[in-house]
Amino acid sequence: MTRAGSIRLGVVAGCVAALELACRMRWIDPVSVIPPSKMALGAWKVIASGEYAHDMWLTLENVAMALGIALVLGFSGGVLLHRFARLRRAADPLLASYYAVPTFIFYPLFIVLFGLNRWPLVAIGVMFAMVAMALNTLNGFERVSPSLRKTARVMGLSPFRETFLVILPACAPYIFTGVKLAVVYAFIAVIAGEFVLAGAGFGFKIAFAYNNFDNATMYGLMTILLLVVGLVNGALTAWERRLHERTGGR
Amino acid sequence: MPEIASGAAAGAHSAAPPIAARLTGVTRVYPGVGRHPPVQALGPLDLELQRGEFFAVVGPSGCGKSTLLDLIAGLSRPTEGVIEFEGAPVTDRVPEGVGVVFQEDASFHWLTVRDNVAFGLRRQGVAEREIAERVGHAIAFMGLREFASAYPAQLSGGMRQRLCIARTLVLRPRLLLLDEPFGALDQQTRLLMGDELLRLWRETGATVLLITHALDEAAMLADRVGVMSARPGCFIDMVATGWPRERDSTIVARPEFGAVTARLWSSLRAESIKAMGTLA
Repeated sequence: MTRAGSIRLGVVAGCVAALELACRMRWIDPVSVIPPSKMALGAWKVIASGEYAHDMWLTLENVAMALGIALVLGFSGGVLLHRFARLRRAADPLLASYYAVPTFIFYPLFIVLFGLNRWPLVAIGVMFAMVAMALNTLNGFERVSPSLRKTARVMGLSPFRETFLVILPACAPYIFTGVKLAVVYAFIAVIAGEFVLAGAGFGFKIAFAYNNFDNATMYGLMTILLLVVGLVNGALTAWERRLHERTGGR
Repeated sequence: MPEIASGAAAGAHSAAPPIAARLTGVTRVYPGVGRHPPVQALGPLDLELQRGEFFAVVGPSGCGKSTLLDLIAGLSRPTEGVIEFEGAPVTDRVPEGVGVVFQEDASFHWLTVRDNVAFGLRRQGVAEREIAERVGHAIAFMGLREFASAYPAQLSGGMRQRLCIARTLVLRPRLLLLDEPFGALDQQTRLLMGDELLRLWRETGATVLLITHALDEAAMLADRVGVMSARPGCFIDMVATGWPRERDSTIVARPEFGAVTARLWSSLRAESIKAMGTLA
């Protein structure tokens, strides 16, 4: 492990230990926050009981669907914006202010459009994740040097082969950053949506436990969620770092 | 003393070897955008590159040197005039047998040095055994054997440029177009890279067209140097250096080298001042 990694791990472990101590010494009201050891125990009980498996899968499926659609739409949008300068000029102010719009206000509209099922939440996840993917795809395409494009032509590549053998690999690190952000945004949107708008799923179960003062379950579910998201994000970050190392930061 | 010929006609030798490339009445006009009028970047321009010749082009900034290279390579089309490579007109495709090395690093950062060099051969469908042989030779020739499994990001700027030359060289180009390939390198590395380029040129027998800002680089490397005017770029002087084919960077110590460089600068000075005025 690198020195920075060790420091990072030390800081996290120190925070967990401090919280444990603060809870055990009753510096923090145990009705509000339980010690991390009890959170871990609660997480284990949640997993062992199998009671929440359906909600967890539902959330993961929703995230996966939102992510898949967002990646396809975002990538296509990025390519179109790169390809058509006029479209890009028209869309620029909209894209710049996109994340200032509270996406959740569209939930009622999505219910009207898709019905009272999982699709309104998936749609919110798509809306949240899609633009990050589109912007990073656009950034990647714009950073491909003209020399690389010319080199592809000198080697006699057709436009199709040029795209797949040169352009896409050249902008892969930027596209990957878009994928990473899309994953994070899809999780945030779906779980936050479940928290306040749904009747099932990970977010709903956390809210349900909270409303019933079931701290052990609530913190257990939160711990599982943090671990899942942390693991996914950690894996993506490591992969992204490898890609960027290869490019030497280009 | 090197032969210093005057005028564009100096390019035409008697009993000349076969022509590798010929440009006749070539111009390039970039169309106007919005309120900006069209810009004539180049020409009208005539040039003959003899087979096996090392030809350098110098000129002030913005005179159309890189445009000239793009036109010869078939990367863009002339507005007027005809460009031929080995007798066949160059259209909007890069002709087989033409290789180009750019100033900017154009190595494929997602591939190792070996895979970079093999890239073009794989696209041509060459057998793997032959690819291994030719790639190994090109990598060794450019002094990159120890770095065959490295990625471009792990190489220095000079090594990356050698990689790009190796990737072009492995395709056995008969006309090698170099667009300021050493522009981003320090002076010592440029001199050494110049030596390697001369060795490559001698051993492959390719015709070389080098675009450069550096007068000393052109004077050291080329058999003939074309001096271009400020925009629209035309050849205003052709200087035959008269160096022997067997040469290296030690020729910079010769008194004749100074004479060639001085000749280039005397042709170019007024044009550079004109170009600076245009830029200002």
